[in-house]
Amino acid sequence: MSDATPTQSSQRSRGNGSEAAAQGTTAAKSMTAQPPNTADAEVLARAQAGDHHAFAHLYALHKRRIYSLCLRMVGNVAEAEDLTQEAFLQLHRKIATFRGDSAFSTWLHRLAINVVLMQLRKKGLSLISLDEAMEPSPEEGPSRSFGAPDLTLTGTIDRLVLERAIADLPAGYRLIFILHDVEGFEHNEIATMLDCSIGNSKSQLHKARLKLRDALRAQNRQEARP
Amino acid sequence: MTVNLSKMSCIEFQDRMAEYIGSGEDLSEHPHLKDCADCRALLADLKTIAEAARQLFPSVEPPDEVWEHIESAIKRGA
Repeated sequence: MSDATPTQSSQRSRGNGSEAAAQGTTAAKSMTAQPPNTADAEVLARAQAGDHHAFAHLYALHKRRIYSLCLRMVGNVAEAEDLTQEAFLQLHRKIATFRGDSAFSTWLHRLAINVVLMQLRKKGLSLISLDEAMEPSPEEGPSRSFGAPDLTLTGTIDRLVLERAIADLPAGYRLIFILHDVEGFEHNEIATMLDCSIGNSKSQLHKARLKLRDALRAQNRQEARP
Repeated sequence: MTVNLSKMSCIEFQDRMAEYIGSGEDLSEHPHLKDCADCRALLADLKTIAEAARQLFPSVEPPDEVWEHIESAIKRGA
């Protein structure tokens, strides 16, 4: 496998099918995510027209964010790899249907999120659709949270405890929390991805944070016991 | 209906907190927080949790095998 640069790969991208496929492999492995621009739009259009090299380029642009999202949602490397694979295979099947109503990355994330939620359902979690993901049962919601100053978490968050607390969140809360607080998406983007209102996204994020705080404070109390 | 921000109860403030945080507004100057140590602690905790979570999950690349599997599946027509 050669170490062609992205520029080299792009310059060679109009070769025959098998050559393009081989170069696509190189391109997919050698490029990193960049902000959308005219060149990206051109790549997208070519991928929609069936250009394999262009599809490989899209994979290279988006693989890190999609894989990271999958990994953060399921917490298992092998499973995250399978989900990433499935998300991009679905992308390959559906890319021609993308009409540009939202940003491509938002559309791709929505597709990947559906793959992840489907997997969570297969694993037996009571989660059937995005609607259900967005509506955890009342007993799963956070308690109204008041913080006595002596129990403040500032500076005392244990990495493992936080990791466990996030993993234990209902999937809908976990998804919103990861998309906003970890991935850095805006509420309007999340609302598009999850087909919900911006207010709902804000509200679910707040509940997720409160639930995490409940879990972390409970841990702190446990450790404070003699 | 106008809301007297300085007379907000903790319940009212926390009910609106999601909106406040989502707006990107600097809540540290909110009138309710000036008088309420509990809600100040809550806000500090939520910020701490968000910052800790960002450090907890570094962005990572999938291994090359993932693309190889994708490419094989495409060639098979999967």
